[in-house]
Amino acid sequence: MEIFIPNKEISGCGLSGVINRKGELIKGEVIIESICCQMDRGNGLGAGYAAYGIYPEFAEHYCLHVMADTKKALKEVEEILAHKCYLVHQEKIPTRPVPGITSPPRFYRYFVKPRYEGDLREICEGTPDEDDYMVRLVMKINRDVPGAYIISSGRNMGAFKGVGFPDQIAEFFRLDEYSAYIWTAHNRFPTNTPGWWGGAHPFTILDWSIVHNGEISSYGTNRRYLEMFGYHCTLLTDTEVVAYLLDLLIRRHGLPIELACMALAPPFWEEIDRMEEPERSVCTAIRAVYGPAMLNGPFAILFAYNGGLVGLNDRVKLRPLVAAKKGDFYYMASEEAAIRAICPDPDEVWCPKAGEPVIVELEPDTIPNQRSYLRGEPFQISSPVCRISLVEEEETEEEEEA
Amino acid sequence: MVFEIDAKDLHYRELNQQIRKAIAEGAKHLVIKHVNGHRYLAAGVSAEVDIDVYGVPGLDLGAFMRGPRIRVHGNTQDGAGNTMDEGKIIVEGMAGDVVGYAMRGGKIFIASDVGYRVGIHMKSYMDKIPVLVIGGKAGDFLGEYMAGGIIVLLGLNSRYPERPLAGMFLGTGMHGGVIYVRGHLPETQISPVLKIEEIDDKDKATLENILIEYAKDLNFDLEEIWKEKFFKIKPKTHRPYGKLYAY
Repeated sequence: MEIFIPNKEISGCGLSGVINRKGELIKGEVIIESICCQMDRGNGLGAGYAAYGIYPEFAEHYCLHVMADTKKALKEVEEILAHKCYLVHQEKIPTRPVPGITSPPRFYRYFVKPRYEGDLREICEGTPDEDDYMVRLVMKINRDVPGAYIISSGRNMGAFKGVGFPDQIAEFFRLDEYSAYIWTAHNRFPTNTPGWWGGAHPFTILDWSIVHNGEISSYGTNRRYLEMFGYHCTLLTDTEVVAYLLDLLIRRHGLPIELACMALAPPFWEEIDRMEEPERSVCTAIRAVYGPAMLNGPFAILFAYNGGLVGLNDRVKLRPLVAAKKGDFYYMASEEAAIRAICPDPDEVWCPKAGEPVIVELEPDTIPNQRSYLRGEPFQISSPVCRISLVEEEETEEEEEA
Repeated sequence: MVFEIDAKDLHYRELNQQIRKAIAEGAKHLVIKHVNGHRYLAAGVSAEVDIDVYGVPGLDLGAFMRGPRIRVHGNTQDGAGNTMDEGKIIVEGMAGDVVGYAMRGGKIFIASDVGYRVGIHMKSYMDKIPVLVIGGKAGDFLGEYMAGGIIVLLGLNSRYPERPLAGMFLGTGMHGGVIYVRGHLPETQISPVLKIEEIDDKDKATLENILIEYAKDLNFDLEEIWKEKFFKIKPKTHRPYGKLYAY
């Protein structure tokens, strides 16, 4: 009797990321080569990239990458955008036909600014509230428009993702034509969620993007926690919660990155017991306040924003992560080979400790709208008036209809 | 005769086919250049052969192998020596996570640091005693569920001066074998089912044998190694949970 063994590789996802601290642009080929070195970590059911610094001509505008199944869905999105935004430019995201990629959704990008109504305009325009406005808009579209999703919404950055191997997705989105100062890439091996276009990594909100290897078994808890703050998970994949948690903890609550990472991958209580003050009180407070933000389960993640790249492992390092440095370039990946493929002789190579983030920020004042979260944002209170716009308006409309 | 293979444009499957073909044709010394992330190198190979690897081999280097002596001129990734049976892996740099997983024979010598879960579930039987020597430091779960064999942790050649010699949960569930540590480990790191003692003459003789070979293979100064005191960590009983279910 012959036993048939399918030629199948059982593996885990692959990650790769690169940043140049001086904001020097890195060609798309570089990150493609790195992630393709980890080809065997994925199975063709998802791949994606995030690129920072790719839209300098519209650096002041939020760039919405929209993925739509149908023309109708796209039209619905455009109608909402026409009401809620000032649109400076829109275009089809250039793609190439690629063998093996069949019936992809439509991809368009829109460069927009929030359009406040009435008195709100004077109060809110140009303030940090614009970020909140965009978050609410993304949530609204992703929830309300069937078959359309905003897969990236930051300024001067974009996410490109889909179902395929990383070389196919790069070819499809013509990523060889882009240059960025931060790139992250993902090669997917879906384990317990569907392999569909929206479920490919990176997951993003505003300029946050995240790629992930592992399983967030606390997804349900995290998701319910995020709903209290107006974030809604619509992409059927555990990793989505991490993007929103970063936005909530770091941008909205103003936690420095180290503390936000501690909330996601906190030390064990027995470690906290051995700590000295004031570290012990800080850790205790973070665990107490942000219990529902803790990520349970194995993970290695890379996340990026307009200003930095961060690598983080779960607290017992159940997924691999390697970092390296060469001059102003910093690299992080699942495998050292993926770094060596694009940087054969790094100055340093190291394995980050479980739960300890590797944070690499750009040098100060390198790019427009640069963000730095090393010390937390200076505390800013946006006017409560700004916070009601989208929601309030809908309710009034409904009442009128009733 | 030295048989050379350039791995540059080869998928790991092709590379392993070429390695096996060369061995079948009688090659006794293989030199593999431009290795980068190629998985399962020499996995399952049952032969007396020397293999020099230049570059970074991929996951599960030498898994299940019985006999080959592999020298990695650089770092290696996760899972090196997974369930290996006989032979030797020498790594001139650092190694990733889960080195020597369920190893049941042979030797693994690492010059620098290793990652998490190293030497977990190592086992021994009669004269088959696996040996794993780490020149640098180790992450959490070193020797977890260890059932036999010898781990030696030197902490000499580490790129992480700020980290402790070994991470948390050292030897959790360990019920056989021994971990020799050069230098002092804090009590909090040792699980209550383990005991830590100074080494005796018998241990010293065992260690001497291992370390002479290790120092020679990786150019360590043997005197320097012996300058610090060694301690041994062993389970208090080989059946730590024997009474848990019986009474």
